[in-house]
Amino acid sequence: MLKVLTGRPGWALLFVLGVLFPFVAKNDYHLTVMSTAYIFAIATLGLNLITGYTGQFNLAHSGFMAVGAYTVGLLTVDHQVPFWIAFALSGGVAAALGFFVGIVSLRLKGHYFSIFTLCVGYIMYLVIEKWEGLTHGTVGVIGIPAPGAIGPLTFDTPRSLYYLVFFFLVLGVFVMHRIVDSLLGRTFMAIRNGEALAEAMGIPLMRSKLLAFMLSVFYAGLAGGLYAGFVRFLGPGLAGVDHSFDMTMYMLVGGLGTLLGPLLGALAVPWLTQYLQFLQEYRFLVFGPILVALVIFLPHGIVGTWLGWRARRAAQAQPAAPAPVVVAEAGASRA
Amino acid sequence: MDLFLQQVLNGLTLGGIYSLVALGLTLVYGILHVPNFAHGAFYMAGAFVSFHLMNAFGLNYWLAMLGSAVCVAGLATLAERLVFHPLRHASGLHPMIAAIGMLLFLEAAAQALWGADFQRMQTPYTGILELGGLTMPSQRLLIVGAAFGLVVALHLFLTRTVLGSTIIAMAQNRDGASLVGIDANKVSMLTFAISGVLAAVAATLYAPINLVYPAMGHLVITKAFVIIILGGMGSVPGAIAGGLIIGFAESFGAFYISADYKDIIAFVLLVGILSLRPQGLFSKGAH
Repeated sequence: MLKVLTGRPGWALLFVLGVLFPFVAKNDYHLTVMSTAYIFAIATLGLNLITGYTGQFNLAHSGFMAVGAYTVGLLTVDHQVPFWIAFALSGGVAAALGFFVGIVSLRLKGHYFSIFTLCVGYIMYLVIEKWEGLTHGTVGVIGIPAPGAIGPLTFDTPRSLYYLVFFFLVLGVFVMHRIVDSLLGRTFMAIRNGEALAEAMGIPLMRSKLLAFMLSVFYAGLAGGLYAGFVRFLGPGLAGVDHSFDMTMYMLVGGLGTLLGPLLGALAVPWLTQYLQFLQEYRFLVFGPILVALVIFLPHGIVGTWLGWRARRAAQAQPAAPAPVVVAEAGASRA
Repeated sequence: MDLFLQQVLNGLTLGGIYSLVALGLTLVYGILHVPNFAHGAFYMAGAFVSFHLMNAFGLNYWLAMLGSAVCVAGLATLAERLVFHPLRHASGLHPMIAAIGMLLFLEAAAQALWGADFQRMQTPYTGILELGGLTMPSQRLLIVGAAFGLVVALHLFLTRTVLGSTIIAMAQNRDGASLVGIDANKVSMLTFAISGVLAAVAATLYAPINLVYPAMGHLVITKAFVIIILGGMGSVPGAIAGGLIIGFAESFGAFYISADYKDIIAFVLLVGILSLRPQGLFSKGAH
């Protein structure tokens, strides 16, 4: 029965559910919650590319998201640039900044990379907070225009905004699917599984990691741009490291280094928080221990564990099949 | 000249606090090779426990510091047992994320128990010493004295006692240490307890001239990471030297460059140094 839900039919089902959601949502509030979850899901997809697939844990991800958001916010509010032009720039600006951060930070390995990016994230946060002349400081950017109409399509209702965000999520998932299924994706995974070995096989280490990093922050920047157009208010808090931690949690709950995992986590966790309303302030009293327990008992997340289980089943069914390859693909080898 | 000396005192104060926090972090890294992101939460917990002991039980400053050191040492040991010990064979990413989970939990717990407000901690040392035109708040002098006293005590403990040497031995070579009969579990717990004590003492010393709030550990822990990267992860002298470098850079930077951007200085310094020397300032090998 589960076979029906895997591969193309499973994705088609998710797509249909996403299209139908506005018709079953009880009110605009639910639409807003879902759209916000989609925006963070796009950013989480990006984080998963560099962390889950390439094995470099980037803690400045929310900083890059803020860079994309501020690109849109400042260009539209202070320079009257139309939303769509500013939006088109948001990912590019984040990726360009990612290039410079990447060439310095990616020379560091493992923990050093994480700690370094943690510091880079702080620099971004502090610059946004203190450089009032450019970023409006703690006051934030107010009055960002909604995305303008494209031909007959207007984006002035929560429902139309929902479909706009949904469109970019679908596009993001599709592109990510093409990336991780290509030779390039295999290159990233080879780096994750062993940098020295990957280099020995002739993979240009620095260039591949830099590419993964730039693609990853491109997603973050684009998500930030959408966030600016959707929420229409920006504060320095968006760059805070707690947002990176949130996205890490989404990624880990669903499964590191899987396509569906981060998506599932980014959608499930915010809804869980919605239902634990009374916990809003203290949600980490519950999620903190859950995160620790997940890492200890279910290190591959929900999707990763399921894929691993399926791979083992397949291996048992056909003892002669080259099972190890399947297991490695399932992300069960190393995360 | 007076202003210059004033900055030297500020630098020593900051440097002392940073060194204490960074020492705990570097000891744990030396043993487990895990960057303990929850260390900042231990620091925050230390300040809150002292604050609570002084307000609710009327303990004096030193007793509160002692109580908080014991509590946080217990907390850190518990964290080692429940979180880091089960993950000792996991890959690099997982213990890091578990540490983040713990950090988030402890912050939420502090917020649930004491609220998100900024609290002020009393200190019996509110006087100001005047020495040849130089004004020195006694709390700052106390910080400098206590921090460096503790650093010397720790150094003597690590180098002159058998128990301390087991920590050094474990940090140098885990298998080798096991071969000569050192109990890895005991040493791990001891190291976490020491790191907890250092964090609690640092927090209680620094809190009276700063404020107590759930997010107070964020900046301190990030700077402590900068320090141990500069000084070489796991290196004790490196943590002390790094702490002083960052302390002085911040106090002089705040005065001569810009007070607004003083918190960025440490990070810019790190980015600059790592761009030129990816292996850190003092470490010899490559990572």
